Amino acid sequence: MAITEQDVQASEDAPSVNYLNNGYGLKSWLLTKDHKRIAVLYIISISIFFALGGLFASLVRFELMTPEGDLMSSDTYNKVFSMHGIIMVFFFLVPSIPATIGNFLVPIMVGAKDLAFPRINLLSWYVYVVAGILGTIAVVGGGVDTGWTFYTPYSSTYSNSNVILAAMAAFMAGFSSILTGLNFVVTIHTMRAPGMTWFRLPLFVWSHYATSIIMLLGTPVIAITLVLLMLERGFGFGFFDPNLGGDPVLFQHLFWFYSHPAVYIMILPSMGVMSEMVAAVARKRVFGYEFVAFSSVAIAILGFLVWGHHMFVSSQSTYAGMVFSIITFLVAVPSAIKTFNWTATLYKGSIVYDTSMFYVYGYLGLFLVGGLTGLFLSSMGLDIHLHDTYFVVAHFHYIMVGGQVMGYLGGMHFWWPKITGKMFPDICGKISALLVFLGFNFTFFPQFILGYMGMPRRYHVYPEEFQILNVASSLGASLLALGYLVPGVYLTWSIFKGPKAPDNPWGAKGLEWETTSPPPTFNFEETPVVTEEAYQYGQIEEH
Amino acid sequence: MADDHHGPTVRIYLAVFASLMFLTALTVWVAFQDLGMFNDVVALGIACTKATIVILFFMHVKYASRLTWLLAGAGILFLLILFAFAMADYVSRGWLGMPASHYLQ
Ligand code: HEM
Ligand SMILES: [Cu+2]
Repeated sequence: MAITEQDVQASEDAPSVNYLNNGYGLKSWLLTKDHKRIAVLYIISISIFFALGGLFASLVRFELMTPEGDLMSSDTYNKVFSMHGIIMVFFFLVPSIPATIGNFLVPIMVGAKDLAFPRINLLSWYVYVVAGILGTIAVVGGGVDTGWTFYTPYSSTYSNSNVILAAMAAFMAGFSSILTGLNFVVTIHTMRAPGMTWFRLPLFVWSHYATSIIMLLGTPVIAITLVLLMLERGFGFGFFDPNLGGDPVLFQHLFWFYSHPAVYIMILPSMGVMSEMVAAVARKRVFGYEFVAFSSVAIAILGFLVWGHHMFVSSQSTYAGMVFSIITFLVAVPSAIKTFNWTATLYKGSIVYDTSMFYVYGYLGLFLVGGLTGLFLSSMGLDIHLHDTYFVVAHFHYIMVGGQVMGYLGGMHFWWPKITGKMFPDICGKISALLVFLGFNFTFFPQFILGYMGMPRRYHVYPEEFQILNVASSLGASLLALGYLVPGVYLTWSIFKGPKAPDNPWGAKGLEWETTSPPPTFNFEETPVVTEEAYQYGQIEEH
Repeated sequence: MADDHHGPTVRIYLAVFASLMFLTALTVWVAFQDLGMFNDVVALGIACTKATIVILFFMHVKYASRLTWLLAGAGILFLLILFAFAMADYVSRGWLGMPASHYLQ
């Protein structure tokens, strides 16, 4: 890579003080109000939880190597998969992109000095940390075994594990994301630079706006639902227990009213990452910008109308199920719009074969499979067969891991030079993307077949004929783990030994590439004035 | 903006506090009266009135910008969606007359 001349250039242009070298003490980090430093704090904390959640995942995959339950007891297995889910969803996936890359970029992309409420931003991190500590206590102090869904009546009446503590942790993690969402909405509404109209905003900002709407409107519901659960479990209030006049299925309504939209909290941000990366990779404006922008908002709103598709085989009425099924098919449309439009953006682009491209292609493929299998599950009849099987597990991992985690990693590579001011070796990036893509498919594709053949989720003893596919899945998981470890190594290496990054290493468009790498504390030397739409990559002649 | 931003006076706060206390007492009293099918309606009516007072005055929405009104309104709209769709389930569970729906009766 022809870094050297640019490199010299960059170091000459760079102001001596940037957000990273502006104070070194622990206090300058722990009491910072700089959104970029808070983003870094978040990156470190969610990485810890990703590792912890990954540890539980590997225990699951180890246990499932054999049809017998030989590694752990059924009770332990219940706890292991529950803690995997709870940690990954509430402590990794929900904050993954918004609190890290989003925190770093939203203010810069709208041309602002910081988020609207810097102190609230710091508070959100502290709330997250306290939630994380509570969660860790719940894990270390005996664990929790309800699954990440906390379904009643098991969670409220029968489980002997640390349900209240874990619910409290999820409750608090929810508040941290409400605070992040609030900050984004206010910032995007009120702090755009001169000339930055709504339709000049990068699509990353649009998708974070949509995510924030869900965080603001949905999270309070899960918070209250968990409070109701704690009240019933702790004090015998009768919300969900039929003996006390409650209804266990009511819990599912309340839970999924948040948690289906929440699955969009876990995918919309990565869609924003992809829009930026696709444009940079193809050197073209994202095809149908307005459609992509509005599809984010459409997902946020329609996403609230489909939760009943998780309840087809509960005692939910068939008529309600039909309505939920139809709307679920509709919500796939905006996701499809995005996928088509990204593909159309690549069409006749001048594709750059770098790490970003590998991640973009990987994401497109995995998200496509995840989204399409969602449609299988939305069909009420088919879902009776597939519900609570490994098919569902494969479906949501294709989206949440193949989509969001791939987007997170891709985005971390794409903006790494901006965040750290250092370059990583491109070849390493490509290898890691390839490892993740192969390892992922190797792990989760067999699970579609297993589920279709009837293997239920959340059991650790299974009939012998399922073993081959389970072993394949476990082997794939090792490859996938390697794919996640490798970037950890070379990215860390690059912080200390990597070459200095120029301001705009990829020749990409966007305000973040116009400031220095890493940016100064207040992001820009002077407030930028925006005169053009996003992604003006120059005219590429159309044929 | 600056004009709309004056908050409620201490007097108003006290009045709000008094009415919340009164409504709480009313809730307790009503709980001991048998109003037949109106038991829930009345209890929820009082609760909603209290929530409205809190939102408007304690949470300053009455004095806030239109964007805040929009967001607060959106919150209520989505709450109604939650109620409507969940109720749609409960109402229609018996329609098929199948065993699963007997469970609620
Ligand atoms: C493209 C549109 C999508 C459709 C049509 C769809 C449809 C469905 C359906 C019908 C189910 C219920 C299956 C069952 O339990 O029997 C389901 C489960 C699930 N989906 Fe999706 N989905 C879509 C996108 C997503 C996205 C974007 C995510 C996450 C980022 C996601 C995450 C999940 C999760 C976590 C579950 C299982 C929850 C559990 O029971 O633990 N889905 N999906
Ligand atoms: Cu869903």
